[in-house]
Amino acid sequence: MDNKDENIKDNKEDIKPDGKVDNKADTKADSKDSKNFVINIEHVKKSFGSNTVLKDINLKIKEGETVVTLGKSGTGKSVILQCIVGLLYPDEGKILVYGENIPELDKEDLQEIRKKIGFLFQSGALYDSMTVRQNLEFPLRKLTDFNDAEINNKVKEVLQNVGLPNAIDKMPSELSGGMKKRIGLARTLITEPKIMLYDEPTTGLDPATSREISQLILETQKKYKVTSIIVTHDMECAKLTADRMVVLKDGEYIAEGTFDELQKSDDEFVKSFFEGLNF
Amino acid sequence: MLSIAVIREIGPVIIGLICAGKMGSGIGAELGSMKVTEQIDAMEVSATNPFKYLVITRVTAAMLTVPLLVIYADTLALIGGYIAMNFSADMSMKLFFSEVFTAITFEDLLPATIKTFFFGFAIGLVGCYKGYNCSRGTESVGIAANSSVVLASLLVILLDLIAVQLGTILF
Repeated sequence: MDNKDENIKDNKEDIKPDGKVDNKADTKADSKDSKNFVINIEHVKKSFGSNTVLKDINLKIKEGETVVTLGKSGTGKSVILQCIVGLLYPDEGKILVYGENIPELDKEDLQEIRKKIGFLFQSGALYDSMTVRQNLEFPLRKLTDFNDAEINNKVKEVLQNVGLPNAIDKMPSELSGGMKKRIGLARTLITEPKIMLYDEPTTGLDPATSREISQLILETQKKYKVTSIIVTHDMECAKLTADRMVVLKDGEYIAEGTFDELQKSDDEFVKSFFEGLNF
Repeated sequence: MLSIAVIREIGPVIIGLICAGKMGSGIGAELGSMKVTEQIDAMEVSATNPFKYLVITRVTAAMLTVPLLVIYADTLALIGGYIAMNFSADMSMKLFFSEVFTAITFEDLLPATIKTFFFGFAIGLVGCYKGYNCSRGTESVGIAANSSVVLASLLVILLDLIAVQLGTILF
């Protein structure tokens, strides 16, 4: 058996024939030394009133890895991202980011961890009373000691990277949806975070713009070597960017693997995400 | 009589109620809109304290501007009184304002000025609270603006009542 077949064999052993994995079993990404994992989510549970959104979430993400989360709308994918960054707190479980348990951190320590995390919100979340320049300068002025010249150079650099150098003095209301996403991505990247969380980065965009955003995410990953979690329904984005994918159903991850592995899954729910695709 | 009424009650309360409407609704709607569009979350995630950046600044601004507006309004009211008086009588401005300042005492000015700071504080705080805590959805932005006005107006009247009672006791 050549090396490639051995690798495929190893991958298949971690995933049952029906595409499901034991949520509590070690996955291929596990390591005996958990300190290798940048993000380590252990037995997280979250409810809103009587609605249990997350039942038992376990996920380990290595440095530089990109994990895409698939799932139906309203099943808690974005809740996981918000728990990682401390916008929401789980009812049970641990969320370890660089070894620090997010729910147990005080405000100051949480702010220090947040400096390492970038979060791209679904709508971009640009500050609509500020120009694009002011939006991009905002995190630099708050988090760094850069002088005006350095800030100006940094702003121009990230705008060049996202392909919008001429938008610098526009207001967010003058931007299209795709432009807002790009500027939102630029604002997130300007502080060079080590972890990037993307909440449905291509939702609401036309296919061409979605492809551009996906390409931008891929280039960002290659350039900055960030650890990323992407919540998306966009399978093209998932195929392009994912090192690994997890499928969320009924508050638990029911499947995990690469795009190609999950595409071959026998699980009906997992298969439903790949129906009609021409990859 | 005019000067005492304007400086003690009419000026502060009327301006307080106008500011409750204009500033309270503006702050409530702005922060509510920021909440709905996740701008406050974005600020929080970028390791900025949105409470300090958004709330403290607005409350402080309200506390400083309401007293200044009251002074401005009182001045205009007294000038208006002078103009009205000259329709039926002939009085020089110098005499008019001399009479005005003779009638006003420290006990009229100080409580009336201090309570305007509290009006500003209440207006800013209510607007920020309603906007910051509004739920998701555009309808909630309107509710936040509306309820800011109602609650701020009520607090202005309540604070005025308390100020009058305290002024009577202390002065």
